[in-house]
Amino acid sequence: MTIIEEAFVPSPRDNDGGPLLEVRDLHVEFHTREGVVKAVNGVNYNVAAGETLAVLGESGSGKSVTAQAIMGILDMPPAKIPQGEIRFRGQDMLTMSADERRKIRGQRIAMIFQDALSSLNPVLSVGYQLGEMFRVHQGMSKKDAKAKAIELMDRVKIPAAAARVNDYPHQFSGGMRQRIMIAMALALEPELIIADEPTTALDVTVQAQVMDLLAELQREYNMGLILITHDLGVVADVADKIAVMYAGRIVETAPVHELYKRPAHPYTRGLLDSIPRLDQKGQELYAIKGLPPNLLRIPTGCAFNPRCPKAQDICRTDIPALLPVTEQDGGELPGRASACHFWKETLHG
Amino acid sequence: MAELSKNDEPQDATPNVSDVDVVEAASEEASVAAIEATVERGEPILQVRNLVKHFPLTQGILFKKQIGAVKAVDGVSFDLHQGETLGIVGESGCGKSTVAKLLMNLEQATAGEIFYKGQDITKLSGRALKAVRRNIQMVFQDPYTSLNPRMTVGDIIGEPFDIHPEVAPKGDRRRRVQELLDVVGLNPEYINRYPHQFSGGQRQRIGIARGLALNPEIIICDEPVSALDVSVQAQVINLMERLQDEFNLSYIFIAHDLSIVRHISDRVGVMYLGKIAEIGSDEQIYEHPTHPYTQALLSAVPVPDPEAREHRERIILTGDVPSPANPPSGCHFRTRCWKAQDKCAEEVPLLAIPERFKASDTPASHESACHFAEEKDVVHAA
Amino acid sequence: MPDVTKTVPEAAAEDAAVAAAGGALPEPSKPEKTRSLWGDAWQDLRRSWIFLVSAALILLLLTITFFPGWFTGANPTSGDLAKHFLQKPKLGNFFSADWLGYDQQGRSVYARVIYGARASIAVGFGTTVAVTVVGGLVGMIAGYFGGIVDSILSRLTDVFFGIPFLLGTMVFLTSFQNRTTWVVIGALSFFGWTQIARVMRGAVITTKQADYVHAAKALGASTPRIMFRHILPNTLAPVIVVATISLGIYISAEATLSYLGLGLNGVSWGNDISDGGNQIRVAQWIMLYPSIMLIVTVLAFIMLGEAVRNALDPKMR
Repeated sequence: MTIIEEAFVPSPRDNDGGPLLEVRDLHVEFHTREGVVKAVNGVNYNVAAGETLAVLGESGSGKSVTAQAIMGILDMPPAKIPQGEIRFRGQDMLTMSADERRKIRGQRIAMIFQDALSSLNPVLSVGYQLGEMFRVHQGMSKKDAKAKAIELMDRVKIPAAAARVNDYPHQFSGGMRQRIMIAMALALEPELIIADEPTTALDVTVQAQVMDLLAELQREYNMGLILITHDLGVVADVADKIAVMYAGRIVETAPVHELYKRPAHPYTRGLLDSIPRLDQKGQELYAIKGLPPNLLRIPTGCAFNPRCPKAQDICRTDIPALLPVTEQDGGELPGRASACHFWKETLHG
Repeated sequence: MAELSKNDEPQDATPNVSDVDVVEAASEEASVAAIEATVERGEPILQVRNLVKHFPLTQGILFKKQIGAVKAVDGVSFDLHQGETLGIVGESGCGKSTVAKLLMNLEQATAGEIFYKGQDITKLSGRALKAVRRNIQMVFQDPYTSLNPRMTVGDIIGEPFDIHPEVAPKGDRRRRVQELLDVVGLNPEYINRYPHQFSGGQRQRIGIARGLALNPEIIICDEPVSALDVSVQAQVINLMERLQDEFNLSYIFIAHDLSIVRHISDRVGVMYLGKIAEIGSDEQIYEHPTHPYTQALLSAVPVPDPEAREHRERIILTGDVPSPANPPSGCHFRTRCWKAQDKCAEEVPLLAIPERFKASDTPASHESACHFAEEKDVVHAA
Repeated sequence: MPDVTKTVPEAAAEDAAVAAAGGALPEPSKPEKTRSLWGDAWQDLRRSWIFLVSAALILLLLTITFFPGWFTGANPTSGDLAKHFLQKPKLGNFFSADWLGYDQQGRSVYARVIYGARASIAVGFGTTVAVTVVGGLVGMIAGYFGGIVDSILSRLTDVFFGIPFLLGTMVFLTSFQNRTTWVVIGALSFFGWTQIARVMRGAVITTKQADYVHAAKALGASTPRIMFRHILPNTLAPVIVVATISLGIYISAEATLSYLGLGLNGVSWGNDISDGGNQIRVAQWIMLYPSIMLIVTVLAFIMLGEAVRNALDPKMR
């Protein structure tokens, strides 16, 4: 454990010392008819105020489940959290009372979902839904709440906000709805926002607008942002640091530039090599062989070993810990860690 | 066409039918014979001319009254050559998936022609249509809904043989199905399993095997990898490229992911609101785009390389795609275009090689539907 | 750097090898066990006590229906006035004619309960089959063809749906003197098919838009092939659930009609409940035992429907 913590050197932007959110050795499992699905198997990460952590992974990597555990919106049962800590400003949210937790959720930690249409109530106007935040949490009058709603809609750059405040969700386009979701998340000026695939359902040209908006607002409010995505491209744009997840574990962490330049885990490297490039026409694509693991039967040792070109005997028996990586000459690489027995070969080879 | 010209006329954009070698088949036999003829590599195999699909918007329960139309495809023309991959990119609602359905005859075109080896397939029926169906197959986007959950893999891949029994004699089918499974990289022993026992990538392979069963010449791929995980996408793309070489296939590859389209395509068409904005070789479109929409689209693609990213020019478009039920006058893109002038609202730009590039032999000399076409490299770092 | 220069056949071989060793599937060397969705549902059902209890009850009822002689030697229609109906049931004498007492005409209540099952089961199953066929066909045609066909059939369904079910059947049955099983089935079906038609239409419209239906069309499949091979099997689940639950409802409807004097002529639980109602103060058992049987039967079918619904619902997986 101590070693892992070293890998998470607080970033320089972390102005008030401790991190905003710390996830420690988090495990989540689902009890199903087929057996126990181990969705999250010991995840550690932290986010400071004003920092963006991107959690990158494919379906089934546990990236969304971790976020849901932080928000406390997992259905339990079937989900169970057998061990782990989720510390928000130093307080473990898993041992808090339901009441205390509710006060944090929505007010101090907010979440943005992929599908804005199903996250908004179709029979209430967006102005009403935005205003509700202020009426319920701050006891504002109807009129003041509406004024606040318009202000928020302006904030997220919805054109003609005052005229559209009484419109219903279906009258907005996909991009505009996602802006409304962002406005809703921002309403109570939370300290941390978790965005789960916020732009996946949007078109490329709209994606860029929404991502830019999110990044701008984050700077302005000095919020922590956890950006959950499967898209290596989206991450490159806005993240400060990245945690790559595979089969419920973090396999690599790095500041964003370094991850793309020099990955230290074969899975990250495989992912980077397997996406076609816009600016050059390649030959055959590199493809990671095999399939993502079945979470009912995670391979022994390193979960990636059946698909890994570097796998040796040790990979099939020993689970590699997430350890800090260094330069060839032993020089430090702050913020970098890899869960691979052969990180040296991967990073320097 | 006649009733269409009243309200809006696809007079605009496109070359007319005169450049197509139309085959006038006197009888069904002649028609089938023409469909079964072989086409030389590089020759046009599929020619689409002024294709239009309007979905009527209706009101009323028992007696429906048309109150408007969604112009999903609004005058699209292109050629597909034997052995090539034509990529079609665009955002949601641009009509690219409707084009696929029209090409497959799953929707009736409102107007326009689709010539397959010189015959207009929108007018075929009976045996000739069946012969065309055998030669044009489709791979669907969602591997979870494109396979019937109540059928085994063997039944799914074998179904084409049930419908076209002349392709494989009954006793031979099981062997053929197993061969197909092997070709797409699945274990032939999986023949008795059901789709839900497979992962997304494996299901997409099953869908591809079904598409290959009848030895088609053209496969229309509608977002074939967008529902798959990144690490599995590359496997499926590689498989499709290998099959193209092996079986001499022509692909129409429809997708919203510009990087994948570049990787797989020989030529690329960019669609916006039911029309083709720009079409050309992959190099012409990606390295020398002349239509502002293509440029904006390319510059918006997130690139997994933070350093290149910082040096790239980004064009961020304002607003959303207008509704295809009520597209802007003139150039459909003008409401979001930074170059728009009065002319753009008045005159529909034709899809043609822009005047200024016509004489030259530069890569910018390709068809682009913009009054103010000009070259701009947006994918490389400045 | 990964080896991108790999030749095509090599890559293909690797592809195949990897897929064969694939992570998501158990090894194929194990004996091939085909698991269809129905197979999965069966696995679920076998472990559901609701299903086991209701299935056992239904099995018992069916046995009673077909072989009443196995359960009692007494004749349900011959009364012996010497056996006064005020003679109390002898609850210790299991399965004998006087076990559950006698009715006012001196007929064995036990024998009447046993023989009465036949009427209920026949009406329940008969009506369900008729309703499923008619409603299923109407819903299928309306949903598949859409347009004007759908408009007409849907309005027709609405009209029938608007008629109160029991009132309609009662009016219908009043015009018959000789109410045989077929007549009652006909009456119940005539007013009862709408629910299945609606369920079927909805399921067909959803299924029709599935890509596998488009795929079959693109292959050139004929309309009957698409309807019966692709759409029907995927719409059966909700229809079966509704049919099972309504089977119980038809049985209780038959009893209600009999109670009102509009049901079958002959031995039936409804008739006995009606007769027993007159004697409720002196001889409760005449009404009690047929009522218990009726409640248990209706409950068994509704429980079976619930169990099947849970097993077929993909969200439960």
